[in-house]
Amino acid sequence: MSLANIKHEDEARLGHVIPMVPESTIKEESYLQMVVRRFKKHKLAVIGLFVMIVLGLMAIFAPIIAPYDPYAINETFSAPPSPLHWLGTDQVGRDILSRLIYAARVSLMVGVGAVAISVAIGTILGLLSGYYGGKIDMVIMRLTDVFMSFPHLMLILVVVSVVGPSLTNVILVMGLLFWTGVARLVRGSVLQVKQLDYVKASIVLGLSTPRILFQHILPNVIAPILVNGTFGIAAAIIIEASLSFLGLGVQPPTASWGNMLTDAQSLTVLSSQPWIWVPPGLLIMLTVLSVNFIGDGLRDALDPKSIK
Amino acid sequence: MFSYIIRRLLITIPIIFGVTIINFLIINMAPGNPVEMMIDPNLSQEDIEARKDALGLNAPLYVQYFNWLMNLLKGDLGFSMSTFEPVTQIISERLGPTILLMGTALFIGLFIAIPLGIISATKQYSKLDYFVTGGAFMGISIPNFFLGLGLIYIVSLQLNLLPTGGMVTLGGDNGLADRTLHLILPSVVLGIGIAGKKIRYVRSSVLETLGQDYLRTARAKGLREFIVINKHGLRNALIPIITVIGLEIPLLLGGAVIIEQIFQWPGIGQLTISSIMSRDYPTLMGLNLLAAVIVVSANLLTDIVYSLVDPRIKYE
Repeated sequence: MSLANIKHEDEARLGHVIPMVPESTIKEESYLQMVVRRFKKHKLAVIGLFVMIVLGLMAIFAPIIAPYDPYAINETFSAPPSPLHWLGTDQVGRDILSRLIYAARVSLMVGVGAVAISVAIGTILGLLSGYYGGKIDMVIMRLTDVFMSFPHLMLILVVVSVVGPSLTNVILVMGLLFWTGVARLVRGSVLQVKQLDYVKASIVLGLSTPRILFQHILPNVIAPILVNGTFGIAAAIIIEASLSFLGLGVQPPTASWGNMLTDAQSLTVLSSQPWIWVPPGLLIMLTVLSVNFIGDGLRDALDPKSIK
Repeated sequence: MFSYIIRRLLITIPIIFGVTIINFLIINMAPGNPVEMMIDPNLSQEDIEARKDALGLNAPLYVQYFNWLMNLLKGDLGFSMSTFEPVTQIISERLGPTILLMGTALFIGLFIAIPLGIISATKQYSKLDYFVTGGAFMGISIPNFFLGLGLIYIVSLQLNLLPTGGMVTLGGDNGLADRTLHLILPSVVLGIGIAGKKIRYVRSSVLETLGQDYLRTARAKGLREFIVINKHGLRNALIPIITVIGLEIPLLLGGAVIIEQIFQWPGIGQLTISSIMSRDYPTLMGLNLLAAVIVVSANLLTDIVYSLVDPRIKYE
């Protein structure tokens, strides 16, 4: 940090020696353009983004794409893949492909919903904690420590079992419990940004505190929040799948990739009807992998320290 | 140094206190009350109220919390609502298998992650590096229940190499060999999750060390590359990795819940699921508390070990 500053000062002092380049030859690259350019270099992240767009479209247009009603019971149950049912039918006789397509809605809703809530809570608490410091900081940070002390899956299992399993509850509980990482991250960034002259200037100018927090400080901590939130989506999707797999998340007949695997706990289904449990498992993996790659790409693209 | 450890210990006390409050509040959100669930439905409302008074369930919430906390300090977590045994006894019976599973998984995870992370870093941007880093992403992205089911399907059901679940063969000799065979699959599944997380960590730690000046000095002295990396580099790169092992404990505990369920491993993870199914809230409360205490202790230990190994760490 200090080295970089010295370098800057030198450049400023020696500014006149730097050969002047005619302005027209310098292509001005906006911050966003730079981020997009760097993101594109991460091939896996680009593929991940493509996969997520396809999955998103699949979720939105599920009623048009799905060949059958995901709840309709067909004449054959536990039938292997056939031209009629491309991925076969489940134990009740519902078309697996249609259920897979509809279940994309659940996973994406959980991922986005839970992260939106937890990022909102984490950002506000982190901003308050870092900006005010003192007692407020102490209380918020101890609260963060307490929530971080429970293993995520364990805590959410217990809470969901108490409030009752459902899609809404899973989203709410995850959102209300998983804000700790973001809160710490935002607090750390705020502590750094707070020292900068432009923030001090806004205080001297007498700007209102909310305005300083949201207009002057928040834009500078958005990059780490974005990266953290992306990885959060991946984690939320896995946790929803795990809960639903255990029967404590999204309840049948609503299809979720996780609860489509529940039947595989019986050895008969596991050994002789792989078409029931392999496709949803692969889809969870593909989705989580894509989101993780996007997160990695964003981290590279948004990190001011990486030179690419 | 010593004062750092003392202060770090002191900070743990309010955290543990907060953990007990959160834990108590969560379980208190449960619908219905334990008395109605446990007693004869033919009892009149007055009898139920009398019983609730006797059990202290009509007292204000903070009084109930205080009573519970006092009992907790005496090591009394109450009685299970399904088997009526003391919760502490039920949990301690299940602790052994889980520790065995988690310990083995941690070992497997590090056994995979450390060599792969080192190779990946020393051959940065090579095909091998991309392969390993990609594999690490797979490791963290595959849901452990899907990996578990997949391995049971392939290894146990198709190839018939390992048992599908349990800790021992029923009616078997209970021998070490039998136990080891049962341990392999669940601990490998948990270990792969750990490895996925750790590979990236090892890789970046080694990369950072490889860029240090003292390695350039070692090369300048004319040492062979093998010695430079293995003797001067790795020793310094691995210290932070070993010291933060404790941070994997929450992941292992959470993973154990699912893995024990799939492999019918008789540990606290399986107990968690069965307590949820039977709405056995005292046991659940004990398990959640235990998990949090383990995590807090692991974090405490991590910080202390780290401060011992790296004297630069100072508590602000």
